[in-house]
Amino acid sequence: MEETLQQILDHYKKNDGNIITILQDIEKNFGFIPEYAVNWISKKLDIPASRFFGCATFYSQFHLRQRGRNVVTVCRGTACHVKGSERLIDRLMIELDIPNNEDTTADLKFTVEKVNCIGACGIAPVTILNNEVHGKITLDKLMKEIKKIKAGE
Amino acid sequence: MNKNIVIKVCAGTGGVASGGEEVLSAFRHAISASGIEAEFQKGCAAHRVGCRGFCAQDVLVDVIINGEKTTYKHIKQDMVQRIFDEHILNGIPVEEWTVQEDYHAFHEQQTKVVLAHCGEIDPEDIGAYMEVGGYEASKKATCSMTPMEIVNTVKNSNLRGRGGAGFPTGLKWELGLRIKSDIKYVICNGDEGDPGAFMDRSVMEGDPHSVIEGMIICARATESGHGYIYVRSEYPLAVKRLQLAIDQCYQKGFLGADIFGSGFDFQLKIFQGAGAFVCGEATALMRSIEGKRGMPTPKLWRSAEKGLWDRPTVLNNVETFANIPRIIMKGADWYRNLGTERSGGTKVFSLSGKVRNTGLIEVPLGVPLKKIVYEIGGGIEGGKAFKALQTGGPSGGCIPADGLETEVDYESLAQAGSIMGSGGMVVLDETSCMVNTARFFLEFTQAESCGKCTPCRIGTKRMLEILERITSGNGKEEDIPLLEELGQYIRSASLCGLGMTAPNPVLSTLRYFRDEYEAHIRDKRCPAAVCRDLITYSVIEELCTGCGACKRACPADAVRGKRKSPHKIDTEACVKCGTCYDACKFRAISKK
Repeated sequence: MEETLQQILDHYKKNDGNIITILQDIEKNFGFIPEYAVNWISKKLDIPASRFFGCATFYSQFHLRQRGRNVVTVCRGTACHVKGSERLIDRLMIELDIPNNEDTTADLKFTVEKVNCIGACGIAPVTILNNEVHGKITLDKLMKEIKKIKAGE
Repeated sequence: MNKNIVIKVCAGTGGVASGGEEVLSAFRHAISASGIEAEFQKGCAAHRVGCRGFCAQDVLVDVIINGEKTTYKHIKQDMVQRIFDEHILNGIPVEEWTVQEDYHAFHEQQTKVVLAHCGEIDPEDIGAYMEVGGYEASKKATCSMTPMEIVNTVKNSNLRGRGGAGFPTGLKWELGLRIKSDIKYVICNGDEGDPGAFMDRSVMEGDPHSVIEGMIICARATESGHGYIYVRSEYPLAVKRLQLAIDQCYQKGFLGADIFGSGFDFQLKIFQGAGAFVCGEATALMRSIEGKRGMPTPKLWRSAEKGLWDRPTVLNNVETFANIPRIIMKGADWYRNLGTERSGGTKVFSLSGKVRNTGLIEVPLGVPLKKIVYEIGGGIEGGKAFKALQTGGPSGGCIPADGLETEVDYESLAQAGSIMGSGGMVVLDETSCMVNTARFFLEFTQAESCGKCTPCRIGTKRMLEILERITSGNGKEEDIPLLEELGQYIRSASLCGLGMTAPNPVLSTLRYFRDEYEAHIRDKRCPAAVCRDLITYSVIEELCTGCGACKRACPADAVRGKRKSPHKIDTEACVKCGTCYDACKFRAISKK
């Protein structure tokens, strides 16, 4: 971990970055923001860890807890909402057996998250499955894709 | 067979999601396998183009043979070979796959200024942009115009900020020019966060160079040496294409030191947002670039005086910048005459929701809303009844059917109780519940409130609680006046635009659809059958054939019954997910 963090630090110094760009790099490398990483960088730069956590909790791109290996992002923009994204999320939670107020399956296989709008309203409702955008999605189509991922693991 | 063949494949986010990249490579493969590429050298080219607006029919492909264009819709990878064999090699278009009247009607009603290049040129190739006159305007501005001349041209064009507030762009630039400082910034606001709006994304993806060119001209006009494009992280394709475009500009000498040999320097960088709606607000956006929590600051002075790192800063929206090169080249009069007296030019809207043709449209300001919904949008999907047009996203409001004569303009939309906003237009039909829609928007603004000022932080929370109470059937008679009172307080006491406009969706639906609120509160009934707690699913026995489709589909095992005899829904076990409703082919499930 230290090696990756050192690289992030070097990149920050070279490109006159800031707290947000550091957090973006950490998130990209680890998939979430580990407490250890923040404390390590905070010591090296002599910037209080609270400022990192302040940003990490402010922006929705950052996560403080480990996430599933596969991420299903359901768009909750207006167009998607009107075309039934809320029901899609409800059913997805039941199908993947994710408890209330949680977003990740117990075996860390799947995380279901919501995004406000990815701007593909013309093909609503939209979901992103591991960075791949699927338009005009239905629960059946989505479950087929999820089964494919499950089979592949 | 002396042909000039160009194949254009849509590769915006919508196009890529529908398989655009695969279609493009299939065409390239077909061309190279047939050997005609070698035969005609440059005569045959296949390339990607930005969003052309009609995302519902993606993947759209243009095949242009000797200038004659045929457009295909819903193209998949495996359809490419037939188009290639029949149309490209033998000159006979595959009629059954070509676009119909609706595609042409959708485009013919529009006036494309900002979107002129989207869907026409390859956004990843600076050469394609230069071929259609790109970077002429910035060259003209840097080499043969004084900053004051540029400012005056923009002022005369009557261009107003396309981010939503509609501040005259020329005035903003004039202020930026007048204030002297050794370091000044130009920022492009690409933090398009309104759910239901995607015009900035399409412009950044489909024509990134015009945004950069607009920024160069602005930098020249305000004598600024540094620029940032703030793009939200939810738009990875826009980030990629903008970065590519910036790199190409540095190579060509259009950015960096001494651009166009004029002695003028301009450095441009992308800053990726990290997912916060409030960062679309100018002061919050600047705090975010500084690496802080994106919270707005009181506007004691204009950004043009003290903005990013307390330096003079001019900040404009993506679409505003994309207009600039055209204004410089075609003149202020041309642009001003396109729009209304108070606001010049055109505006891009993203039309979505329950309308037949969803997508991106560009119309001159002053066009009646009716034309947008019925002529360009093609009317309501599935022959249902129109209920309202939601404009301006979570900061805007709903306009009912009798407001459709309203002409699109900053002032007239405000009068109708909505706002222009950044340009999202969502059509709602009889199956949309207005209380639920208001709750949806408030849930959004409440979650996105940065928490700095009390009216917004606590006020929106209280309003949301009341709306949740109403939609779950626990509303009280005094809730309506309470919502109105709270809304007024939040509107007048919040620090930034987010809070000031947050009550709009509630206040405007209360103004036009009060009866729906009353039905929820008094009769515990949702007229549109949307609010989950107020509806029950049941089987209409006369229509049920006992096929068992609903029983198999139900995730809660709430459907009971034997095969070939009418089924029943156990209301105790039912989770009201609506799966049975969708599964039934005989419309035997009722939702009330």
